[in-house]
Order: sequence, then structure tokens, then C-alpha cells
Amino acid sequence: MNAMNTENAVTVRNVYKNYKDVEALRDLSIDFPKGQLTSLLGPSGCGKTTLLKIIGGLIPATSGEVLVNGKPITGPGPDRAFVFQDFALLPWASAIRNVAFGLELKGVAKSEREAVAEKYIAAVGLKGFENSYPHELSGGMRQRVGLARALSVNADVLLMDEPFSAVDEQTRRKFQEDLLGLVQNENKTFLFVTHSIEEAVYVSNQVAILLPRPSRVSEIIRPHSFRDKDVDSIRRDPEYLDLVDRIWTSLRSYVE
Amino acid sequence: MLTRHRAVILKLCSALLVFGAWEIAGRIPVSFAFPTFIESLAAFWALIVDGTMFTAYVETLKPLVVGVLISAFLGIGIGLWIGLSRAFDWLVSPIFVVMQTAPLAALIPLLIMVYGIGLTSKVFVVCIMAMPVIVLNTAGAVRNTSASLIEMGRAFLGTRRDIILKIILPSASPIIFAGLRLGISAGFIGAVLAELKITPTGVGDIISYSRSIADYPSMYAAIASIIVLAVMFLNLLERLEKYLFKGTYKTLVSD
Repeated sequence: MNAMNTENAVTVRNVYKNYKDVEALRDLSIDFPKGQLTSLLGPSGCGKTTLLKIIGGLIPATSGEVLVNGKPITGPGPDRAFVFQDFALLPWASAIRNVAFGLELKGVAKSEREAVAEKYIAAVGLKGFENSYPHELSGGMRQRVGLARALSVNADVLLMDEPFSAVDEQTRRKFQEDLLGLVQNENKTFLFVTHSIEEAVYVSNQVAILLPRPSRVSEIIRPHSFRDKDVDSIRRDPEYLDLVDRIWTSLRSYVE
Repeated sequence: MLTRHRAVILKLCSALLVFGAWEIAGRIPVSFAFPTFIESLAAFWALIVDGTMFTAYVETLKPLVVGVLISAFLGIGIGLWIGLSRAFDWLVSPIFVVMQTAPLAALIPLLIMVYGIGLTSKVFVVCIMAMPVIVLNTAGAVRNTSASLIEMGRAFLGTRRDIILKIILPSASPIIFAGLRLGISAGFIGAVLAELKITPTGVGDIISYSRSIADYPSMYAAIASIIVLAVMFLNLLERLEKYLFKGTYKTLVSD
């Protein structure tokens, strides 16, 4: 439980969200420790994407507050970057322009932002594809472009909305391994929405289980015995297998 | 390369088919007022040689160019605004829907009463024909911009202006261009209609004058010439479009 004394990058306090008569989130509070990866896991309709978008400042909460680095947010900010489920790439722009788009919107000069973009394109393993258009790239490569775009604005917090759900299983596994490397090497806080129990347990420092109607955090699980192990042995670790099983037991009654 | 040759050959065949049918229909003849293709071609040549065609087009192109330019700029602007604002949509869209469905020929006497028989009325006719489809296409395309791209723009701190210029307009541009093409071809119809219904000038004058003296080959030559011009112009626009958005179109369809 060493995370108890670490600082929180994001704090959500008593957030409510109503869509007309529908109560999407009720009195939701949760902390996201700095430098760690927290998964939001739950059945569909549990409001995990809604929560992520509220933290991103893309939709307002009905009440309650979200603090990023101790300051309440009022909208999107340079301290947070988003990775989208459907990639959200500009189809008419090359990979490099897509990666540099966040910096372009910030008003960074072309040569400077392209240098940064080139660095991150190489970092996500897309060297040589700088001038390819999204339709020339596979699903996995497109999401690498989306990830490079989020990394290149150098935000403290990365908000990832089911980033791997639209890519095939093999690519997905490779992504999960790469993500562990990113959490280790980049000094960033990751908020990761997923509906895959295995994925959540595999990549997370903490897993927040959300239950639906209305959404609330039912449990927070912190795997610890295998976190520092080699990526290949995680899936054979007894704690990994136990956690996957335990989470499934608590979620199964919510799945029709 | 092979497919390119084939395209040219097939296009020539298509032209041959139409002109051949015209020639045969003229020779039967289907009507004493229907000349053969060769007669019309000869009349066309004669009109070019004596300069009538050129002076006529100088007249016809005036309301056409002015009307099409007004329709394009104003149309895209209004369409953009309609697409961005629900309130403006409710306020303004009905006007363009009415404009699109109104029987224009019946409105011309009204236009003449208000604006006289000069250039203004003719420009109006061209605009009434061309603008609605440009406005409505632009508005539809803007409204259909992928919500997730706009969200991405907001998440990466784009201003409203950035989002319009860098996300909404580029994503809407193929459909805006399709609207422009339709609008401009409607504008051609409007220009000829104006010359037939308001005051006979330009190509409209050749058409109505040759009809009145039963010079049917010249009449058909004039009609065909405006069709050829319209097709050429639309081809040019398509090339411009391809040049502007080099090869990035495929994705807009698939995404």
C-alpha cells in the first residue's frame, strides 16, 4: 500500500452527472496516484467513458469537482491529453501532421512541432510511415499515431478511452506490453478505460471497478506481487489469475 | 495505362452513340424542326466563323459568372453558418428549401417588376438556381462532421476558429465541392432561362432568334454549345478539386 503516501495527479470528488432524467454518475470519488496507471473497469453502461470525458473537460459534471495537480478543472487543459477509442485521426492529413496536430493547435511553429512529432513517431515504432495517410495504415498503426499525438503535447496525464478495443488480439497484446514500458519510462499518469478484465489486471497499478445504474466505484484493487516482473511471466502469476477470477465473480451478476 | 486508353475509347464511343442517334433522328426526321447532327455542326461552325458565338457568350457569361461567384461565396458561408448553428438553421433553411422547389419560370415576372430587365434580374435567376444546392450541401456536410474529430480538436485545446478551419471545413470539402458542381450546372440552366424569359441576349438570343426564323440548325448549335461549355467547366472544377485534395479522398469515404 505504498501508493497511499504518493501524491495524486487527479482527484475526483463527489461527481454527479445526469443526462436529463438519467443518472449516469452518482457521488463518485476516486484518486489517481501520480506516475501510475489506473484502469477504470466495468460492464458497458457503467459510465467509465463519461467519467473519463469529465476528467478530460470534454463534458461538464452536473456537480462535484475534478482536481488535476491540485487545481480544479474548468475544461480541457494542457495538463491532459486524450487517446480516443476510434483514433480520431484527420483522414486528410499524413501521420506526421496528425501527430503534430496537438502542437499545431497550440501554435507551435511547423519545424519545431515536426521535430517533436518525428521523435514520438519513432518512439511508438512508426519510423518510415511519417508521410503515410491514416487509410494506408492498419488499425494498430493508427492507434500508435493517436498515442504519439497524445505523447507529443507532453501532458502530465494521459486519458485513454478503450484505446485497444478496435485493434486485433495480437496487436493488442503488443500494445499492452508497450504500455507497461511507457508507464515505466515516461513520468506520466495514465487513466485507462477498458472493459477487458485481463487487460486491466495486466497493465494497471490500480484497478477501479465501476458498477452501473447509477455508477459508483465499488472496489479498488492494487495488484502488487507481479508488477515488477517481466512482461512474459505476468500472465502466469498466481495473483494475476486470482485477481482476474475475483473481478469476474463480482462483475458477473451485472452482465445480462 | 491500358485502363486510361479504355476510358478515352469508351468516352468517344459514348459521344458517337449520342451523335449517331441524333444524326439518325434528324434524317428520319422525327420532326421538321429537328435538324441532323451534321447540319447543326455546320451551323455551329458558321456561328463561330462570323463571331456571333463569341459576342453572344460575352453577354451570357456576365450574369453567369457574377451569379455563380455570388452563389459560391455566399452559399458556402451561409451553409457553414447553418451547419454550425441550430437556431440559424431553423431561421434560414426554409428559405433555401422553398427557393429550390419554387417554379422559377413563374417567379420571373415578379423579378422583372422589382429589378427590371437588366443584369440584376438575370444574376438573381442564376443565384436562385445555383445557391440552394450549394447552401444545403454545405450545411449538411458541416453538420455531419465526425463528432469524435471535433471532440479531439477540443481535447487538444483547439479554438472554435481552429476547429472550423482545420477540422470542419476540410472534412466537409468533398461534399461542398459536390454541391458546387451541382450549383454551377444549375447556374448554367438559370443563365439560359434568364435570357429566354427576361430579355433575349447572348446565347438565349441566338436560340430564340433562330427559332423565330426557323433556322433550327443554329438553334440546336447554340443549345449544344452551352451544354458543351457547362461540361467543360465542370470537368475543370473536378480537376481543381483533385489537385486541391491530392489522393486523400478515399479515407473520407471509408471513415
